[in-house]
Amino acid sequence: MGAGSLVQMGLWALLALLAITMGAKAEDLPFAVHMYIFAAAALLALVFKARSFGKPAPDTSGYLDGVVRYGAIITVFWGVVGFLVGVVVALQLAFPGWNPDLEWFNFGRLRPLHTSAVVFAFGGNALITTSFYVVQRTNRTRLALGNLSWFVFWGYQLFIVLAATGYLLGVTEGREYAEPEWYVDLWLTIVWVAYFLVFFGTLLQRKESHIYVANWFYLSFIVTIAMLHIVNNLSIPVSIFGSKSYSAFSGVQDALTQWWYGHNAVGFFLTAGFLGMMYYFVPKRVERPVYSYRLSIVHFWSLIFLYIWAGPHHLHYTALPDWAQTLGMVFSIMLWMPSWGGMINGLMTLSGAWDKLRTDPVLRMMVISVAFYGMSTFEGPMMSIKAVNSLSHYTDWTIGHVHSGALGWVGMISMGCMYHLIPRLWGQKEVYSLRLVSWHVWLSTLGIVVYASAMWVSGIMQGLMWREYDDQGFLVYSFAETVAAMHPYYVIRAFGGLLFLVGALIMVYNLYRTIGGQRPVKVAVPGAALAAAE
Amino acid sequence: MSTYDTMRHFADSWGLIAMFVFFAAATAFVFRPGSRAHYEEAARIPLKNASED
Amino acid sequence: MKHESLEKNATLLLIFSFLVVTVGGLVQIAPLFYLQNTIESVEGMRPYTPLELAGRNVYVREGCYVCHSQMIRPFRDEVERYGHYSLAAESQFDHPFQWGSKRTGPDLARVGNKYSDDWHREHLMNPRNVVPESVMPGYAYLMNKEVKIAGFGKHLATLNLTANNGKGNMYSDEQVASAEADLQAQATGVDADAMLARYPKSQARDFDGQPAKVTEMDALIAYLQMMGTLVDFSTFKTEVEPR
Repeated sequence: MGAGSLVQMGLWALLALLAITMGAKAEDLPFAVHMYIFAAAALLALVFKARSFGKPAPDTSGYLDGVVRYGAIITVFWGVVGFLVGVVVALQLAFPGWNPDLEWFNFGRLRPLHTSAVVFAFGGNALITTSFYVVQRTNRTRLALGNLSWFVFWGYQLFIVLAATGYLLGVTEGREYAEPEWYVDLWLTIVWVAYFLVFFGTLLQRKESHIYVANWFYLSFIVTIAMLHIVNNLSIPVSIFGSKSYSAFSGVQDALTQWWYGHNAVGFFLTAGFLGMMYYFVPKRVERPVYSYRLSIVHFWSLIFLYIWAGPHHLHYTALPDWAQTLGMVFSIMLWMPSWGGMINGLMTLSGAWDKLRTDPVLRMMVISVAFYGMSTFEGPMMSIKAVNSLSHYTDWTIGHVHSGALGWVGMISMGCMYHLIPRLWGQKEVYSLRLVSWHVWLSTLGIVVYASAMWVSGIMQGLMWREYDDQGFLVYSFAETVAAMHPYYVIRAFGGLLFLVGALIMVYNLYRTIGGQRPVKVAVPGAALAAAE
Repeated sequence: MSTYDTMRHFADSWGLIAMFVFFAAATAFVFRPGSRAHYEEAARIPLKNASED
Repeated sequence: MKHESLEKNATLLLIFSFLVVTVGGLVQIAPLFYLQNTIESVEGMRPYTPLELAGRNVYVREGCYVCHSQMIRPFRDEVERYGHYSLAAESQFDHPFQWGSKRTGPDLARVGNKYSDDWHREHLMNPRNVVPESVMPGYAYLMNKEVKIAGFGKHLATLNLTANNGKGNMYSDEQVASAEADLQAQATGVDADAMLARYPKSQARDFDGQPAKVTEMDALIAYLQMMGTLVDFSTFKTEVEPR
């Protein structure tokens, strides 16, 4: 309530003023739109802060779960948005008439919207939410640094809104999975540093002497993503009042920097962080400790060491020097081992409790997701072998591989965690209907299998068609003919995606019924803090 | 070129051996006898406050 | 140091895991910047003309890279289908690189001069008019969007701030100063001699069939028509044979 609040309010007012000034001087429309969105957000923060004056000091005992509750809901929301856009872009490829030929909604702009919505909006919020939940419970302490975690939450949503509207308006750096322009990148950097401070600060004030391994995975994910984000997005704006910037690097160096980032967005964003989820929620759900804690330590160090080298396998047979390609291939193949070590560790946690799979569809979802993790981490190293890659690269096989990982592993472990978290955050024992969870599990599994197999067939087929020669030594197919051959598989793929989306909608209904009419519960920090709370 | 060849040879030989030895030592350390109890306790952390959540 | 101290000391865990993840990047990426053989020196390469650059920015903005690669691999079928495999030098001025990762449509690294301007315009406006099997979206609206010529020199000046592989500025002061005039001249073909002299092997004419205005369609077609045309492969020899 005191001077601190006033300083904060002053800061928000200053930021709003700055944004309005920048918006007024903007050299292009999207930049102006973004600055005004930013100003509106800063003003909202200011108003919110002002309204807290004169109110009694909020209760800061117990775990800080409000932000986790918001996070859980927004995760589900962005998930549905991301899946929906995915189905739309799949239909655009199957039936080009789905492109309205308006500049904002063509495939080229919607595709980054889809990838960012699922990776950063859905996946990112799942990571932030579960990491805030897990770090408090495994360290028996409240989130550090007061309301900074709320800033992380809202700041991250602002980043998503700026990125998403930017794609539609044509603001992009043209780097896959790192499309947002320089000023959105700067904002994300600020939010990410705050996220790191909250997470790390919570670790520092822990009541448990040992740092549980799930937190190691979360910590390395946060730190590594910070490093990757900053280096890969080094770019020079044409004007500080405009959205356009040029990448600091060019050509071959730019390509390797981008795929060093791109592959580790997979390795650290979509793998390490989600392994943190697995190491907490699977044991929790099975009510048994992880199969081998020692294996989890070896898993951690070897995974983070090996992953960072694997990027060049995205650039096989390109103008990247051979030595870098070989290095990328060798490390990608080695990566198979820690990945499967982790998968075995997750699955074997169920040993002696396999019967729970029959009665608990939430656990079933988590186990299927770990199985998909195993499958895609076998497929990945295989595709990184140069001979295989010469066929698979540039085809739908890659798309199939990515989706078995993203829908199967990332999607299902996140949704499994939401099924576990949400009832507990609202004082319920379980979700509204386990039967509906079961429906969701099978619909999404079926959807992924349909999706991935359609993409395997179309990918391998197109790769073979491109290199097919006739008796006289001429190429058999024109490129356009190979595009026509993809049509049935693109239709099947869209159907698979639709199944996955329907499953997610069932989840929305189920969670809505779970939360509806329930009040949030406050959970006390066990141990010493309990006394302080009263 | 010679810098490249030298580095390549180093990576293929001593570099490789050093990394492997480090990996083996780290793994051996984690699985050292006598550490079992310590790790089993750590593994139970998520299950400690089963009543609240 | 005992591993236990890592497990119990958050700061040590942080520092050690950060060190572990930096190694790979340093060993792989850093050498690319100083090893001489990363980018072979090739005759004919030059930075983009202002109009080509504006077209390239449209290419990036519309997300063309999500379906088209600009990287021909050294395989017999790719070389026969698309042309000589791509050299590192050919993307040395690409900020950002646009090698791509997926070929929903064909590779474009050497699409320049293979089709007429009319074909490109028709294809971009409605792809299925010229390629019935195509699944590409239409970009008719580019015909109505005029290129923002005023202040275009800033784009060239910005690119001069990049490291450019230690070879100094990408654009000369003269090129920066005449950027607006060059852009206009290339898109109309009127008084283009000075511009053509400043950028060897460039092509100046009205690309979109609308002589009265300089549109993003002009820019995009100008960019497409120069792709892969700078290096003369009848005189260029490399040691690598296609597989």
